[in-house]
Amino acid sequence: MAQDNAVSPYAAEYEELCEQLPGQHLAWLQQIRGEAHQQFSQCGFPTLRDEEWRYTNVSPIEKKLFSAKPPLADADIQIGEYQLSDCWRIVLVDGYFNAALSDLSGLPESVAVMSMAEALDKHDDTIKAHLGQAVSDQEHGLVAFNTSRFGDGLFIQIPAGQALDKPIQLINVMSQTDHLAHTRNLVILEAQAEAQIIETAIGDNNAYLSAAVSEVFVGENAALEWFKLQADSEKAYHFSGTYVKQSTYSRFKHHNFSFGGLLARNDIHCDIQKAAECELNGLFLAQKRQHIDNHTRINHCEPHGISREQYKGVLNQRARGVFQGRVIVAEDAQKTDSEMNNRNLLLSDDAEIDTKPQLEIYADDVKCAHGVTVGQLDEQSVFYLKSRCIDEASARNMLTFAFANEMVTKIAHQGLHDLLLSLVLERFPQTDVSAEWL
Amino acid sequence: MLNINNLHAGVEGKQILKGLNLQINPGEVHAIMGPNGAGKSTLSHVLSGKSGYEITQGSVSYQGRDLLDMEPEDRAREGVFLAFQYPVEIPGVSNIYLLKAALNAIRKHHGLNEVDAMDFLALVKDKVKLLQMDEKFLYRAVNEGFSGGEKKRNEILQAAVLEPKLCILDETDSGLDIDALKIVADGVNSLRSQDRSFLMITHYQRLLDYIKPDFVHVLADGKIVKSGGPELALELEAKGYSWVEGQAA
Ligand SMILES: Nc1ncnc2c1ncn2[C@@H]1O[C@H](COP(=O)(O)OP(=O)(O)OP(=O)(O)O)[C@@H](O)[C@H]1O
Ligand SMILES: [Mg+2]
Repeated sequence: MAQDNAVSPYAAEYEELCEQLPGQHLAWLQQIRGEAHQQFSQCGFPTLRDEEWRYTNVSPIEKKLFSAKPPLADADIQIGEYQLSDCWRIVLVDGYFNAALSDLSGLPESVAVMSMAEALDKHDDTIKAHLGQAVSDQEHGLVAFNTSRFGDGLFIQIPAGQALDKPIQLINVMSQTDHLAHTRNLVILEAQAEAQIIETAIGDNNAYLSAAVSEVFVGENAALEWFKLQADSEKAYHFSGTYVKQSTYSRFKHHNFSFGGLLARNDIHCDIQKAAECELNGLFLAQKRQHIDNHTRINHCEPHGISREQYKGVLNQRARGVFQGRVIVAEDAQKTDSEMNNRNLLLSDDAEIDTKPQLEIYADDVKCAHGVTVGQLDEQSVFYLKSRCIDEASARNMLTFAFANEMVTKIAHQGLHDLLLSLVLERFPQTDVSAEWL
Repeated sequence: MLNINNLHAGVEGKQILKGLNLQINPGEVHAIMGPNGAGKSTLSHVLSGKSGYEITQGSVSYQGRDLLDMEPEDRAREGVFLAFQYPVEIPGVSNIYLLKAALNAIRKHHGLNEVDAMDFLALVKDKVKLLQMDEKFLYRAVNEGFSGGEKKRNEILQAAVLEPKLCILDETDSGLDIDALKIVADGVNSLRSQDRSFLMITHYQRLLDYIKPDFVHVLADGKIVKSGGPELALELEAKGYSWVEGQAA
């Protein structure tokens, strides 16, 4: 590759950019960033030729150049109903920590929750020990891109045995047109710690690019439940990778609600050790020309692991969905118990889904099941409702809502549940129903 | 109320109803019996407007209107109710939600306001009591995970709430235990009135002991081959269908 003809137009701006990034004082970080940049300059963003990116074309972000702009001092930020009560809150505006909108009051002193930029000053040793340990820059170009230039993000460290009694909400709100935010999150739960994180991605109704990487370490016998609500602008590009290392006997649950964005791609990868439990749930609702891609990978590295995965997609108009569920059971991972299920509803002839469950089993004593369905609404059910006085359109709407709502009902946190319900109801309005009947 | 005249209907090129005639007046209870595969459920589906059936001949008028020309939901709103032989499970839609949506659709159709929330709850709980059901069923998804008998009882609960004018019961008795049969029959009897008619499809005399029909018909090979009073059911029980089929031939 010729030096002056870098593989991505983003590579050229790095020289100038890197001097403004946080962590200038950390030589090790400078080195990691430099290597990551090297990697990105060589490989660029993933292309359709990459097996894991076959169905998702990233090239629009190259054609339309986004750039990292400085924070706006006087931004008028609307979080509205997305701000949940009874949560600690970290707000990133355009990828930068915003102290005024955040609220960490009453957080136990032993727990560290702060912006990544601040953590690079206060917890640099911890970051050094973990950065790049859950995901390597070789994974794909977007990871290297993020490592080389991440600005801010969320840092959480919960000491052994500590259980948080309310969730931490991370709100990523984007306000500037054509802005590019690279956020990096690091979440560390030490042994037997317990926490809930609610990640919320929203933005003003304009085009922007959000490219986040989260590295998550769930210690021995620790429990983490992570909720993600992606309700970005219809013009937005959203790339997010969540890479989880689960220690022995740990429990990790991820709920992925993907409703927004023009192009949204979620990677959720979990490496799980002995007798750890991993549950991945997802609901993606795409309409118009939206493209939503969910890529999950559960890597059973050791025996007795349990994984449960359920993803549901509803695609309308010309929307396109992608689901990949890869489960890998290593040779040692005997007695693995794994179930994966992906069900998709196509509401129009032009909607499309590519779904690919992938079991790679190298152990011989395991219980693994997977199922995939792609279909329209059940006509028997539509007729049943019509025979009960419901008109055709309302019947279809009722059944679609019910299909989607199954994933919402799994959410125990009342505030988040109600927010999700209202968003699903916005897509598939229902009359005559009270919330307590759902 | 209902007038079926020389009805011929089939599905996927297979002729099932072959010239069926039946007249039901307001307040009457008609029972239809007949061998498996005779076309009884087909008749109930055609009357309620299920798609996929070709009507090749004949007509059905309901309250003076051409029933076959109406959309299924309009038939239902005008008072045609089918208690299905095999009720469909609707995961994610609770019973109470469907009941309210259905009731309001009927009210809207007749130019009435939406039912008041408190009145609705009182009404529904009343009917739940009538059918001796647990109120918990209201909040469960329609028929999902219900036992065979519970599904049948749930169909009658819907009828009790929606107060149809023509109630078609397709083998509502099968799957019910002895006590449940009595309860459901009592429920149906309490719905009987001068202007409400019933078309009950059944295989068993026992139901007719509880719900006395005015007429009993035998449907065989797509036609009504014999009609009579309640005594016809007893005769059938004793002699079997070959007796009437032999007569018809
Ligand atoms: N979609 C279909 N394709 C082909 N044949 C069909 C279809 N639907 C119904 N039939 C046939 O039509 C005939 C009448 O069926 P129907 O369900 O009306 O019988 P039934 O009188 O209700 O019987 P049962 O007493 O067993 O409930 C049967 O032979 C059935 O197999
Ligand atoms: Mg039948």
